[in-house]
Amino acid sequence: MSERMRHGASIGQPLTRRDGPAKVTGAARYSADFHPAGMLHAVMAVSAIARGRVVHLDVAAAEAHPGVVAVMTPENAPTLAKSPDEKDNPFAFRLDLLQNSGVRYANQPIGVVIADTLEAATEGAALLSPRYEAEAPGVELGGGEIFVPDSVGAGTPTEQGAGDIEAGFASAATRMEATYETAAQYHNALEPHTSVAQWDGDRLTLHTPTQALWIAKGRLAGLFGIPEGNVHIVSHYLGGGFGSKGFISSPQILGIMAARLVGRPVKLVTRREQMFGPVGHRASTRQTLKLGAKADGTLTALDHHTLTLTSRHDDFVEACGLIARHLYASEAISTTHAVSRADIGTPIFMRAPGEAPGSVAVESALDELALALDMDPLDLRLKNYAEVEPITHRPFSSKALRECYAQGAERFGWGKRPKQPRQMRDEDGLLVGWGMGTATYPAGMMQGEARATIRADGTALVETAAQDMGQGAWTVLAQIAADGLGLDGDRVELRIGDSDLPNGGLAGGSTGTATSGSAVHAATQAALAQLEDLAVNDRASPLYGAGNAGTVAENGRLARRDDPTRSESFSEILARAGKDSVEAKGTGAGEPASRKTYAMHAHGAVYAEVKVDPDLGQIRVTRLVGAFAAGRIVNPRLVRSQYYGGMIWGVSLALHEHAVLDTRSGRVMNPNLAEYHVPVNADVPSLEAILVEEHDPHVNPLGIKGVGEIGITGTAGAIANAVWHATGTRVRDFPITLDKLLG
Amino acid sequence: MSFPETGFPITLTVNGESRSLVLEDARVTLLDALRERLDLTGSKKGCDRGQCGACTVLLDGVRINACLALAVSHDGASITTIEGLADGDVLHPVQAAFVDHDGFQCGFCTPGQIMSAVGLIREGQAGDDPERVREGMSGNLCRCGAYAGITEAVLAAHAAMHAPDVLPGGHLIEDAA
Ligand code: FES
Ligand code: FES
Repeated sequence: MSERMRHGASIGQPLTRRDGPAKVTGAARYSADFHPAGMLHAVMAVSAIARGRVVHLDVAAAEAHPGVVAVMTPENAPTLAKSPDEKDNPFAFRLDLLQNSGVRYANQPIGVVIADTLEAATEGAALLSPRYEAEAPGVELGGGEIFVPDSVGAGTPTEQGAGDIEAGFASAATRMEATYETAAQYHNALEPHTSVAQWDGDRLTLHTPTQALWIAKGRLAGLFGIPEGNVHIVSHYLGGGFGSKGFISSPQILGIMAARLVGRPVKLVTRREQMFGPVGHRASTRQTLKLGAKADGTLTALDHHTLTLTSRHDDFVEACGLIARHLYASEAISTTHAVSRADIGTPIFMRAPGEAPGSVAVESALDELALALDMDPLDLRLKNYAEVEPITHRPFSSKALRECYAQGAERFGWGKRPKQPRQMRDEDGLLVGWGMGTATYPAGMMQGEARATIRADGTALVETAAQDMGQGAWTVLAQIAADGLGLDGDRVELRIGDSDLPNGGLAGGSTGTATSGSAVHAATQAALAQLEDLAVNDRASPLYGAGNAGTVAENGRLARRDDPTRSESFSEILARAGKDSVEAKGTGAGEPASRKTYAMHAHGAVYAEVKVDPDLGQIRVTRLVGAFAAGRIVNPRLVRSQYYGGMIWGVSLALHEHAVLDTRSGRVMNPNLAEYHVPVNADVPSLEAILVEEHDPHVNPLGIKGVGEIGITGTAGAIANAVWHATGTRVRDFPITLDKLLG
Repeated sequence: MSFPETGFPITLTVNGESRSLVLEDARVTLLDALRERLDLTGSKKGCDRGQCGACTVLLDGVRINACLALAVSHDGASITTIEGLADGDVLHPVQAAFVDHDGFQCGFCTPGQIMSAVGLIREGQAGDDPERVREGMSGNLCRCGAYAGITEAVLAAHAAMHAPDVLPGGHLIEDAA
C-alpha cells in the first residue's frame, strides 16, 4: 500500500454525506416517491390464520367498490416461469406469490386489490373478507420435531469444535451452565417494502428498495422468464434494510405482478403490520452455554448449543454458535445447532445474524463465570484472549482487541468497578451497574465490479450497482474513487443504486464497503493504467519512457514516480491521444490465498452503565462506551454513526424488542411500532465510539473491514451484565424488562 | 370511474403557496394528499398510524403526524413540509445541522425528524437541555439509530437560531455537502 493510500487526501477524512443535502430537503426520492403516468395503487390482503388455506375471497364486493380496477387472487394471478418455491441457489428463499390458496404463516399475502386511489385499494382489500379452512398452527420454539440442520446462517457448518469437550469439563476447577433465550425480532426498517413497477412488453422498470441489485435482478428475471437485461431496478435511496431487503420479498414481487395483470404502472407499499411475516425476521433462540475453567480463569471447555426456529416451508437457521468459534481461546470448544419448524414466515438475515443473539448469550455466560471465579470480567476475557482463531488455529489478519479493551476501559473508568453487585447508587437512590462485553464480527467480502471513466475535461465517472442504505456508500465510494484517481472529490461523479451498472455486490453482511470499495479502487487503477499507457508511449509526453519507473496520480496529473517534476494532466494526455475518455473495469473480491491463511474479523469492547429503579424495576442505559478496531476507516464521521446505530440495536436487543406470538392463532400480537418496541431518542444514552487504530495488510488492498453490524455484538451482553451488576438479578430471557426484575 | 360526482374541494397553503384540490374521497389523509396528489413526497409514510413520526409536518406552525389528519378537515390550513424549509439553496439551520452532525443514515425518518425539530424549537420547550430534546424528539423513530447526531443537531440548530448576534440563516447547499 502506498503512503498516499494510507493517508489519502480523501480517505480517512470525516466528510459529511454527499447525499446529505438531498436527504434533508426531501429531494431524495425513495421507491414510493415515484409516480409514473397512469399509475394505480395496489394494497395486499394478508392472512389472519397461520396454517390452512383460503376458501373464499369476496372478489365481487371488492370489484364493486368505486375506483377498484382489478383484484388479483390465485384465480387470475400471472403465472410465473418458475415456481416461487424452487430453490435454484442457496439464497433463493421461497416466496408467496398467489400461485395457490395455501396459507403457511400469518400475514401471508392472499390477494391484491388494484385501484385508482390508495383509499379505494385499501377499502377493496378489506372487502375481500377472507374465509379459511384453518389448521391448528405450531409456532413454539422447540414445539415441533427437533432436528439438526444441514447448515446454518449463510451455509456454515452446523457443528464445529476443537479438542475433547468432556475432557475439558473434567479438568475444570469451576463449571457453569445456563440457558438464555432471545425473542423473535422484526427488522422494521422505517421504509416499508415497496414496488413501483412498470412493464413495457417484457421489459420491467422497477423502483424498489433492495440491498443487492444484481441478486434481485436475477431472481426477477428467473421468475418472469425474461432476460436479466430486461429488468431495470432503480434504487438510489433505501430507507433502511438490515437484511430484510437483502433478497426481494413477496410483497415487492406482487407489485410487479399486479402491474403485469392490469397493464399499467402500479405502486404497492406494504403496510407496517404486514411487515410481520412476509419480509423476514430474526427467529427466537434458546441457547445453552456450558463453560469450564481452571482456577485462574483459563477456559478448558466452551460448549454452545443453540435451539432455534425456522419456517415449515423453508430453511434459514440463526447461526448463534459462530461467535464461539472465533472469539475466545479454550482447550476444547463445541458449537452445535438444532432447529424446529413452525408455521411462521421464514426467518432471514437480520443485522448481525447469528452473532447478535449469540453474543448476548456468550457474554452473559462469561460474566456468570467471572462471578463464580471471583474474577473481574475484563480480566477473564483477557485471560482467554485468542492469539489465533480458536478452532482453525489460523493467525488473525489483524486484531487490535487488546487495545479496544484498554482504551474503552480507560475511557469508561472500568477500574473502579466493584466486583459484587448492588454496590453503587446514584444521588437519587437508583441502583447503578456496570457491565462489559466483547464485540466481534467477520470481515467478509462478496464479489463486486465497478467501472471508472477518466474524461478529457479532467473529471471522472465511477459506477457500480452498490447500494446506500444509510451506511454511506454515496460518500465513501466517492472518497475511495477520488483517492484512487488522484482527483478532488468534486471532480468525481458517482453512480450507484441502479441495476444496469456493474454488479456492486450486496450491502449486507458488513461486506459492502470492502467489496464495492475494492472494486472501485481496482477500476480506478485500471483506468489510470490505460492513461499511463497512452502517456509513456507518446514521444511528445513528459512521461515518455516512464514505463518502468511507473507513474503516480495526484491532483489530476500523472507524474513519474521517480521524478514528480515530470508530469502531465489527465486532460493533456487524453487530448493528445485524441480521446474523450479512457474507461476500465475493476473487481473487488476476497483474495482466496490470504482468506485461507488468515482469520479475518473486526473486534471491539463495549462498556455499559445502567440505572435501575429499586422499587419499580425500570431500567435505563445511561452510558455506553464502545472501542472498535475495524481496519482502515474510510470516513470516521460515518463509521461512528454505524457503531452508534449498532450499539442502539444492542440496547434494543437487551431491553426492548420482542415480537409476541399468540401460540393459538400463530399471529404476532404486537405488529406495529407502538407495541413492538424499538428505542426512541429518550431511550438512548450518551454514546461514545472510540475508533481504535488497526492496520490490516491482508483483508483487502484498502485494508477495510465492515462496521455495520459489530456494534450490536458486545453491547447487548454488556447491558445485561450491567443490569445484573446493578441489581444482583441475572435475567436470561431477553429482552430484559422490568417485570423480570421484579418477579 | 364511479366516484361521487361532487368531490370535496379544499384549499391549503402549502409552503406558502395556495393549492386547491378536489378530493374524490373523504378518507384521504393529509399525508396522502401531499404525497399522492400534490407531488410533495418529502414527507414519508413509515406506519400510517401515528407511531413513527416520519410524516411530521407543521400545521399552522404546530407539528403533527400528517398520516393521522384527514385532509378534508384542514381546509384553509397552512402547512409546512420539508420541501418548504430551505430558502432556495440556503438550508434552514436545522437542515444544515442535521448534515453537519450526521443526524441520519438512510434518511427515511429525516424529513419527519427535521420538521419535528423545527416544531420543537419553535415550541420553546426544550431549549438547550439535551434530556428535554431527547424527550421532545421521541415521537420520531429512527430505526438506523441516528439519535446521537439528531440530538446534537437539534441543540446546535437551537443555538444557531438563538445566537443574539448572528443572523438566522444557514449554509449554502454546496457548503453543507
Ligand atoms: S407515518 Fe405518520 S406517524 Fe408513521
Ligand atoms: S436515518 Fe434511517 S430511520 Fe432514521
